[in-house]
Amino acid sequence: MAKSAIKLKINGAEVEALVEPRTLLVHFLREQQMLTGTHIGCETSHCGVCTVDLNGMSVKSCTIFAIQADGADVITIEGMANADGTLHALQEGFRQMHGLQCGFCTPGMILRAHRLLKENPNPTEAEIRMGIAGNLCRCTGYQNIVKAIQHAAAKLGGREYLEAAE
Amino acid sequence: MIPASFDYHRPKSTPEALAILGQYGDDARVVAGGHSLIPMMKLRMAQPSHLVDLRSIPELKGIRIDGTTIVIGAMTTQAELLGSAQLTAAVPILHEAALQIADPQVRYMGTLGGNVANGDPGNDMPAVMQCLDASYRVTGKTGSRSIKARAFYKSAYVTALNSGEIVTAIEIPVPPGKHGYSYDKLKRKIGDYATAAAAVMMTVSGGKVQTCAIALTNLGPTPIYCAQASAAIVGSGLDTAAITAAAGAAGALMAPSPDGRGTVQFRTSVGGVMIGRALQRAYQRATA
Amino acid sequence: MNDQTPPTREMREAKLEGMGCKRKRVEDVRFTQGKGNYVDDMKLPGMLFGDLVRSPYGHARVKSIDTSKAMKVPGVLAVLTAKELAGVNLAWMPTLAGDVQMVLADGKVLFQGQEVAFVVATDRYAAADGVEAVEVEYEELPVCVDPFKSMLPNAPELREDLKGKMTGAHGPRKHHNHIFEWTVGDKTATDTAFNTAEVSIKELISYQRVHPSPLETCQCLASFDKVRGELTVYGTFQAPHVIRTVASLISTIPEHKIHVIAPDIGGGFGNKVGAYPGYICAIVASIVTGKPVKWVEDRMENLSSTSFARDYHMTCEIAATKAGKITGLRVHVLADHGAFDACADPSKWPAGFFNIVTGSYDIPTAHISVDGVYTNKAPGGVAYRCSFRVTEAAYCIERGMDILAQKLGMDPAELRLKNFIKREQFPYHSALGWEYDSGDYHTAMNKAMDAIGYKQLRAEQLAKREAFKRGETRDLMGIGVCFFTEIVGAGPSKNCDILGLAMFDSCEIRIHPTGSGIVRVGSKSQGQGHETTWAQIVATEIGIPADNLTVEEGNTDTAPYGLGTYGSRSTPVAGAAIAMAARKIKAKAQMIAAHMLEVHEGDLEWDIDGFRVKGLPEKSKSMKELVWAAYNKPPPGMEPGMEAVSYYDPPNMTYPFGAYFCVMDIDVDTGEYKVRKFYALDDCGTRINPMIIEGQVHGGLTEAFAIAMGQELKYDDRGNLHGGSFMDFFLPTAVETPHWTTDHTVTPSPHHPIGAKGVGESPNVGGVPAFSNAVNDAFNFMGGTHIQMPHDHWRNWEAAHSRGMHG
Repeated sequence: MAKSAIKLKINGAEVEALVEPRTLLVHFLREQQMLTGTHIGCETSHCGVCTVDLNGMSVKSCTIFAIQADGADVITIEGMANADGTLHALQEGFRQMHGLQCGFCTPGMILRAHRLLKENPNPTEAEIRMGIAGNLCRCTGYQNIVKAIQHAAAKLGGREYLEAAE
Repeated sequence: MIPASFDYHRPKSTPEALAILGQYGDDARVVAGGHSLIPMMKLRMAQPSHLVDLRSIPELKGIRIDGTTIVIGAMTTQAELLGSAQLTAAVPILHEAALQIADPQVRYMGTLGGNVANGDPGNDMPAVMQCLDASYRVTGKTGSRSIKARAFYKSAYVTALNSGEIVTAIEIPVPPGKHGYSYDKLKRKIGDYATAAAAVMMTVSGGKVQTCAIALTNLGPTPIYCAQASAAIVGSGLDTAAITAAAGAAGALMAPSPDGRGTVQFRTSVGGVMIGRALQRAYQRATA
Repeated sequence: MNDQTPPTREMREAKLEGMGCKRKRVEDVRFTQGKGNYVDDMKLPGMLFGDLVRSPYGHARVKSIDTSKAMKVPGVLAVLTAKELAGVNLAWMPTLAGDVQMVLADGKVLFQGQEVAFVVATDRYAAADGVEAVEVEYEELPVCVDPFKSMLPNAPELREDLKGKMTGAHGPRKHHNHIFEWTVGDKTATDTAFNTAEVSIKELISYQRVHPSPLETCQCLASFDKVRGELTVYGTFQAPHVIRTVASLISTIPEHKIHVIAPDIGGGFGNKVGAYPGYICAIVASIVTGKPVKWVEDRMENLSSTSFARDYHMTCEIAATKAGKITGLRVHVLADHGAFDACADPSKWPAGFFNIVTGSYDIPTAHISVDGVYTNKAPGGVAYRCSFRVTEAAYCIERGMDILAQKLGMDPAELRLKNFIKREQFPYHSALGWEYDSGDYHTAMNKAMDAIGYKQLRAEQLAKREAFKRGETRDLMGIGVCFFTEIVGAGPSKNCDILGLAMFDSCEIRIHPTGSGIVRVGSKSQGQGHETTWAQIVATEIGIPADNLTVEEGNTDTAPYGLGTYGSRSTPVAGAAIAMAARKIKAKAQMIAAHMLEVHEGDLEWDIDGFRVKGLPEKSKSMKELVWAAYNKPPPGMEPGMEAVSYYDPPNMTYPFGAYFCVMDIDVDTGEYKVRKFYALDDCGTRINPMIIEGQVHGGLTEAFAIAMGQELKYDDRGNLHGGSFMDFFLPTAVETPHWTTDHTVTPSPHHPIGAKGVGESPNVGGVPAFSNAVNDAFNFMGGTHIQMPHDHWRNWEAAHSRGMHG
């Protein structure tokens, strides 16, 4: 199959690559770019473990072709840490609030939460639950994920988060 | 779950898109948000040789209010609908319905045009469009025409769209400033299609319903516009008898398929409940 | 906080982050940065990709398989069928339950989704193209998916390979579709109890077919090195050592030349215990091609072929006095095992530990019988977040108790309190043969009832029911009560083995000269946080900070032999091995301390992180100093070094328990429900990391919620699986999932070195009956005795409809 050239920005770096038109973005990221933090869970756009940020939108990378991301600005979990190497507030929040167990949904969950907090810096619990409804977790029951996002929201907003993980 | 190979086209204009469609005929499929088509391609239930991506056609984007008509570009995403304060103020039912579609990620990608055009009986916007008496602006190589939402759906996945035509815009008559609306959807979970859903638009004056439109989602092979049920409400003060009459008239039109969501009897019954809920909420909003 | 304690001791204690500490997880640092290492993240040079052709039919003869077109697909290198596998004697493989299973269809297919051919290609896209190009000709055969019809005289014969074999791995077979009958208890005494009973109930209680569905599917990467004759398999294995031994037994490769490595696992829940055809195919393909071969299941394959759970149809009978004292329990189970008996139970237990079905109650006599049958459905029967068949047993007795309470006109909580095993009866010998180690059920139940405000809730419910009858509301209120006792920690070698492998577990600790070390364990975390908690046990035992200990699992070359992680066995068995190994380290340290401090060992006492001389606290040696000495200045005659190994064969199972309450409101017109409150009190004995325990409870309750309220793998009469994707298979999102309230009591296990019992599966075991009892409790005042799960909108509506609630 003929391959097409695409050019996009991934985690701030310009990337040029050749892809088959049918190459899914998630496979492009994982197998061509070796960014394996983005996972594959259901393949029918229900579970959200493949979520990345694309042009300021949370996108399920299993349901978009890499060629459609030509020209796009993509952020994956590998690009979430702060420039100085410290953890992003969400990464820290998930650890502090025990918002993960097996870790498989975590990158997608963090990427989704990142966009949610950009759009709504101080969400209520109900808004968080609606906001992450495209991301399944089989381990945590979501309660501590909600707290993790609240923890991050507080930190990003310069506030202290006083609740403990349950 | 890997799609078969295809050639990819990303036209920059509607004529260019139509030319590609004209060239490849039934071997080509247009892709909008992709959240219906791409999973089907991954299952290899759809294997287009040519995929025509409409995402880079500027004229298919955008929301504008044009006198008495709201024109929404077909490639406008659900997230963009939700983000438009102007649209939400004018047609709040769109906001209410869009929020009940799939999940945040899907709403960023999923488009209004894709939702109304592919004829999936599970899609939510077709019933809302019938309720609003919207029309779809359809363009093909022989020109452009407008098709009423109420006349668009023939059977599951079969629409009035001809081969080589695309939906370019959705035209909605601006509802009266003071109106009631509701979209009530019963579903098993976020991301699911409706077990039953009802859309209602209504105006009320002096406690009496002046106009009413009712349409249903996923209670048959197509969205169902319930003219008789709507008529049963008009003139009433939305008493129990009127609601029962409307639900009964609508019930006669329902033909859901039994599936994991439930039996025909159950889905028909809750279809009636959704109508009742939507009518009551619309009435409250119209009279608030 | 104790004011009399000098702060330095507190600081020393805190520095350890030992048992009881809400230690933040070590694993999270990599997982939150996308640096986990799951199987599909791995890439080896020259790696190929395998994909499976699967049967579209539930039962069919395979007339022919034509691979010629597939071989012409660009990138396709090989296609394996049963014919090729037969050449290496691997067309069939042994199951963990003593049966055999086709690796690739050999003559016929027995369930939809069954593995038919394995296409090997240069990448996953080419492999998928190859799968599409394989042409298989089938001849459909009559299908049997209903276990109640599988043993009818005219039922189609599913397993032709067993023709004439009327004895299976677990004794005589009654019918060509019968697998085994398993009985426990005193039948005569139980029959007598029922014949003389003042009151009795009998109910068919079904537990539908569900699936564990971890977000990461099953996958492996096999690499055979022809030069060395060595096989390396990376895989999603909850029990890597078992996989190594089985791989050696069914191949000609000696066990020391097989390296099985389970890297990070994205959830298991029982799905990743067994060995699946995809693994065998990848291994054979690697041997054939000489290249590494990766196989990754997609989600639909996962739901349709690897390891369903439950499908138990339990006829529960309870005999009692009019006053509510239970006098006997009798249960018959029809167990649907699908096309092959691939249950992942300890080998001698064809129905797992279903004989824990007497639950938390002092039942004088009981008898159970289980009939396992074949159907045209996927094989499995795994312990989905439960110890073997304990979830089914708990559901059976906890529904049965509610049904009995209803018949007696007694409050279900009161009935339970009346029949609980009393604290002073432990260790308690149950009528079905178990020795419950410890429990204090009354204390737990009373604490839970007070916390939830049980009496007020019942009063509110009564008022609501009256209002409903008056037509003032369309909502019903249900209060679900569940008091469960689990049996976990398989298990003692006297009664637990898998294919002859005794179910011990193991730990090896090596402390380095500067006082840090590595702890290697035979268990395998899939999200349970072993890297965090195992270090906490060692920290408390030997006084070395948890942060200075690396925990390693999953590599069979380096980890001591262990039976893996499932059935809540890690803490009861591996956790015990860890404590015992640590105590060997400590004992050696004590000898060194005695030598250095010139006292008898008996004159020393342990003090947080070292030994001190009794009565002379200033004379002390820290563990750090003792370890250095162990390497460099050991006492005369002592071997240098600081290592210990423990293989722990537990003397008994452990018996965690809990009291769960669910308050639910149900709309009778739509079947919609709202979980108003869910309270879970767990007693898992000693608590190692309360944060992780609470997390486990949240997750288990969420899975229980999903099972009770929506999950079902449903087959139609033609053997087609419905609901085999995440659109239909109910995995709740954050929106549907209720808020969880957790609580605990602590009743240590008397036989476990640190008194811990295990917790990961309790919430699934106890949660399901709590939800189901809430739904039943909502409806039963209008008649009926039992509503089958799942309690989704449709079934709730049906329940209302059949009770005349829709006018």
